[in-house]
Amino acid sequence: MGILLNTILMIVVAIAIPGVINRTRALLAGRKGLPFMQHVRNVSLLLRKGTVYSTTTTALFRIAPAVYLGAAIVAMLMIPVADLYPLISFEGDVICFAYTLALARVAIILAAMDTGSSFEGMGAAREALYGALIEPALMIGFATLAMFCGYTSFADIFESEQSLNLHLTIVMVLTAYLFVKITFVESGRVPVDDPRTHLELTMIHEVMCLDYSGIDMGMIHIAGWIKTACFSMIAANAVVATGCFHWWLAVPLAILLTGVSVGVVESTQARNKLVRNTTFIVTISALAALIFFIGYLLQLDINI
Amino acid sequence: MIYYTTDNLAASVELKDVPDVGYAALYEDLSERLKQRRYHVVHYFAVPDGEALRFYLLLADDEEHRVMISSFRMEYYDDVALPSLTALHPALHPFEREIAELYNVEFDSMPWCKPLRFSFDRRNRNSTIDNYPFYSIEGDSLHEVNVGPIHAGIIEPGAFRFICNGENVLHLEIALGYQHRGVEHEFAATQNRLRQTLIAESIAGDSAIAHSTAYCTTVEKLGLGTASEALSTERTVALELERMAMHIADTGALSMDVGYQLGQVACEALRTMTINTTQAWCGNRFGKGLIRPAGTNKPLTQEKIRMIAENVKEIRHRYNEVVEDIASSPSLLSRFEQCGIVPKTEMARIGGVGMAARASGVGRDIRLSHPFGAYTRLQHKMVLQHDGDVMARLRMRCDEVLQSADYIVALLEGYKPAEIARPDYCSPLKARSLAFSLVEGWRGEICHVALTDTQGAIATYKIKDPSLHNWLALALAVRGEGISDFPICNKSFNLSYCGHDL
Repeated sequence: MGILLNTILMIVVAIAIPGVINRTRALLAGRKGLPFMQHVRNVSLLLRKGTVYSTTTTALFRIAPAVYLGAAIVAMLMIPVADLYPLISFEGDVICFAYTLALARVAIILAAMDTGSSFEGMGAAREALYGALIEPALMIGFATLAMFCGYTSFADIFESEQSLNLHLTIVMVLTAYLFVKITFVESGRVPVDDPRTHLELTMIHEVMCLDYSGIDMGMIHIAGWIKTACFSMIAANAVVATGCFHWWLAVPLAILLTGVSVGVVESTQARNKLVRNTTFIVTISALAALIFFIGYLLQLDINI
Repeated sequence: MIYYTTDNLAASVELKDVPDVGYAALYEDLSERLKQRRYHVVHYFAVPDGEALRFYLLLADDEEHRVMISSFRMEYYDDVALPSLTALHPALHPFEREIAELYNVEFDSMPWCKPLRFSFDRRNRNSTIDNYPFYSIEGDSLHEVNVGPIHAGIIEPGAFRFICNGENVLHLEIALGYQHRGVEHEFAATQNRLRQTLIAESIAGDSAIAHSTAYCTTVEKLGLGTASEALSTERTVALELERMAMHIADTGALSMDVGYQLGQVACEALRTMTINTTQAWCGNRFGKGLIRPAGTNKPLTQEKIRMIAENVKEIRHRYNEVVEDIASSPSLLSRFEQCGIVPKTEMARIGGVGMAARASGVGRDIRLSHPFGAYTRLQHKMVLQHDGDVMARLRMRCDEVLQSADYIVALLEGYKPAEIARPDYCSPLKARSLAFSLVEGWRGEICHVALTDTQGAIATYKIKDPSLHNWLALALAVRGEGISDFPICNKSFNLSYCGHDL
């Protein structure tokens, strides 16, 4: 029962976050904005459409969206919603989670290169670079959790300590902040990427999907929502693990944490210059290392 | 006497009064004269004249507010290559390219004789815009990116070929001419003056008022009489409204391209308000139907004056807030500053005009150097920036919007609606004459030149849009930049494709 609820809640989070982002942006721009579920309607329309394939592409291009979506779903099934239990859970599933998503990334990069378009090649190069740069942050973030809690499975990590403990709170809140930052990079939002831009030369994720249409495009969109939901839920779990460890708090927190922060940043801030993205992402890794170090010191029980 | 000296306000010149000198004398004089920044060529074109080809050259002297006209002749069997002025002064490049393309005139040692609009290649009929060989560089680490000629969205057609080393642009070549409409020919093909006015309004849709003002002033100089003070005031208000609307729109577009939503939505609303003001005045948001030869169908009334002044004040106030927001936002400054730099010397060399040139510190402003209409009374102060980057061009826009708003308010204050004549579509024009008109549109210097035949009909009509010069500035601006910064560099110039292609 808990496993089923866990999966359903993850889907709810994945669907709700883009809606909250759009509502926040509309509110800040003083506009009426899209209906909350507009993105779902758009995708359901795409899913009912056929696809058009370029004659230069191969089978690789056609299977990539399925791999992308499949990997995202498998990754999602490893994420617990606070006190609930995920479908897939085993020792070391944090590593498996990271590399399942890396598989998704590889699939979409290869598909982009397969089209032979110079735009998509550039997008693939950027995605590969930023993917490589964000990986240390992700792994060090997981390492911090694993070291501090003594487990290497999401379910165990977040369940391990629920007592109100200052050391735990510090590490968990910092880790939550780290994962919100990673969410920005992984889901391609401002300031790293801009999903709304119409300029192919500046795109990262969008430009790799230029040749996709219909159901393939719909699958890529859904996979994107799921990825965002996964990272957002990890951040929310880290926050609720410090005290009130219940799913009914973790779910709205995951939605609002990403939804509102992305909405606010996208309204008030410009995108980075592309060369500055590298600095931005490396800084996240540096932040991760710092948090790891703080966690290590706290574990040694140094008085602060 | 090599030149006939006149100015931007004087009436037309009879063709027989234009000195007919030898190319050698003109070449010698120009090669020296153009070294001084006060001179620049505003138009240079060739016209078949009987068996011969007659070249006209209009040279502006910014300091003395004069325009000097000269001409020379090339006989049908003269098969000598003219020494190229472009080799010395690259600012003449587009003019020589056009002459070479249209009349197969050879220019000796002219660098890069690329067709301007690919209208017709006399030497090789198989050479068209579709098989144009772009410049390329060999190298294992280089790759080419082609954008266009069909652009996503509503952008006009033009092909951009980038040669990149990773993310960095080494070279950009811009190919235009995909929508060559033969606009200049259309002017000569009809003698219906209303029709000509409508064509002038559609030379470049975003500069409808500027181009129709240039056309109307040109034909007025050919015998319709100088525009009255009231008429010139109303035209100037319209011109400044157009400038405001376009500069605000571009501020919004730049915000959009870097993903800054607040600036974008604020500017979109303000731009709508500006063009709606124009619409409330004349019935068209872009001011089509407003500017007519020697008169107007839409004179200002007391109510309209109040409406325009109130709206402009409101827009000025709200736009100023956006400007302050942009100037105090680090994430925007880091995108715009030090991006797409065109240094002053480069800009002057390639003959950049208008606000793009002023952003690089090259003071080219027709309102100041060759005042026309109400600018003769306005004491115009030129806005000048020095950095030549995207931010400088944005600051130009910010400052000019505020300045234009002040001008409109000042012009309308104390302006009493006067009796203005209805447009004059019938009076005959002077025969065998040349008239020109220089107008500072929002993008820069617009030059129209009309030549009439013995019947007083317009035989040749030449148009120069500021984009003709400034496209090259864009190509220079992106050298060494990241390719992902091309869109904001492009938007910071916002050049016209159709104004170039004609």
